[in-house]
Amino acid sequence: MTLLRQTYLVLCKDLRLELRRRDSLLTMFFFGTLLLFVFHFSFDLVPERVVEMAPALLWLAFLFTGTLGLAQLFQAERENHCFDALLLSPLDRGALFLAKTGFNLILMVLVEIVVIPLFWILFNMRSWNLLPQVFLVTLLGTVGFCVLGTLMSAITLRARARELLLPLVLFPLMIPVILATIRCMEEVLHAGQIGDAMPWLRLLLGFDVIFMTAGVLIFDWVIES
Amino acid sequence: MNKRKGLLGALALVAIAVGLYWSLIVAPPDAYQGEVQRIMYLHLPSILIAYLSYFLVFVGSALYLWKREKRDDILAHAAAEIGVLFTALTIIEGSIWGRPTWGVWWTWDARLTLTAILLLIYVGYLMLRSLIEDEQRAATAAAVLGIIGFLDIPLIHMSVYWWRTLHQPPSILRPDKLPWENVHPSMLTALTISFIGFLLLYFYLLSLRYRIGEMRQEIKALRLERGAG
Repeated sequence: MTLLRQTYLVLCKDLRLELRRRDSLLTMFFFGTLLLFVFHFSFDLVPERVVEMAPALLWLAFLFTGTLGLAQLFQAERENHCFDALLLSPLDRGALFLAKTGFNLILMVLVEIVVIPLFWILFNMRSWNLLPQVFLVTLLGTVGFCVLGTLMSAITLRARARELLLPLVLFPLMIPVILATIRCMEEVLHAGQIGDAMPWLRLLLGFDVIFMTAGVLIFDWVIES
Repeated sequence: MNKRKGLLGALALVAIAVGLYWSLIVAPPDAYQGEVQRIMYLHLPSILIAYLSYFLVFVGSALYLWKREKRDDILAHAAAEIGVLFTALTIIEGSIWGRPTWGVWWTWDARLTLTAILLLIYVGYLMLRSLIEDEQRAATAAAVLGIIGFLDIPLIHMSVYWWRTLHQPPSILRPDKLPWENVHPSMLTALTISFIGFLLLYFYLLSLRYRIGEMRQEIKALRLERGAG
């Protein structure tokens, strides 16, 4: 059984579980929306300022929402000794990594598909035509987040104060993604195209590729028992 | 073994003493900054030692994941602790220097930001280790973080530098940029001696901390023996 096929099977399992109960998805979605409200009150987002602050606010909202999702990522496996069963099976650990990354990615993308237009509506953004490019940049950033996030989620599984430790180890490592995604989005909203921000986009792509590869290779050692 | 460590410590002490003498007395004050520039003789070696330490964390982590030998894990842990110490020292020394020269305790200049991020990453590493109960899991988790963190550093470096050069004009005050062509020879000597002293000190501290790690393992083994017997 190939790596991709194994990934697909585990991913389908997680998606099926999630579609039945939808608890992660709904929590993430409502939390993301709630953050937009909190930002409105914290930053007093008058129309003149909202366009320049939009990328940062959106990305911060997704960062925190995604962290929620990451904390839940291995929850299903932790109950009923499912982890042991998974490890006893001939499943390639790299496939588990890709499946979990993919699962978190899908959850986050579903949330983003709703929250980004919601942001546009709530804050009266005019640039609806730029949404496809905004989505593309967000997607690349989300991939980077999910890849590193899954790794960090896995290594902090047995730690005390896990909900605090996970952001603590994850966020400093996420800085290239945060910078690149927000700069690209700013350029898109400002100039209508990625143009000058292409180096940032390349950095983002490079980041995604490097850590996806590193993750698949290293996951054998991450999950032992 | 203890004799060699003692010798290393003594050498470190001598080198640092000579370095201090050279830095404070022999080397002339800086043409522009005056006496306050002398903190560079501590500041620059400190950060270089921190970089060395983080590299050793990476090496130890990689070796541990590969060979699963406890000593590599002890090395990585020791190097991380001392690296954090020297990074914190670097930031404090930099602040002390920055106040009289730049007028501020802190600025979000690229290099300072990067150093602060490094500190955060490895403090996270140490927290990760202390929050996982099972020792072997803690070692594995820390090793993965040690490797991933180190791989990320060039990317963080690039992104922070781009950000700070694209959005800000170059500052008038150039932080710790050594003008190699115009440096008085005794300043270079002071720096070199200081660096050698720090390097010796670093290996001395590392050997001590490593020994502590070893002793922890020995105590564990003894306890198990006693428990079984």
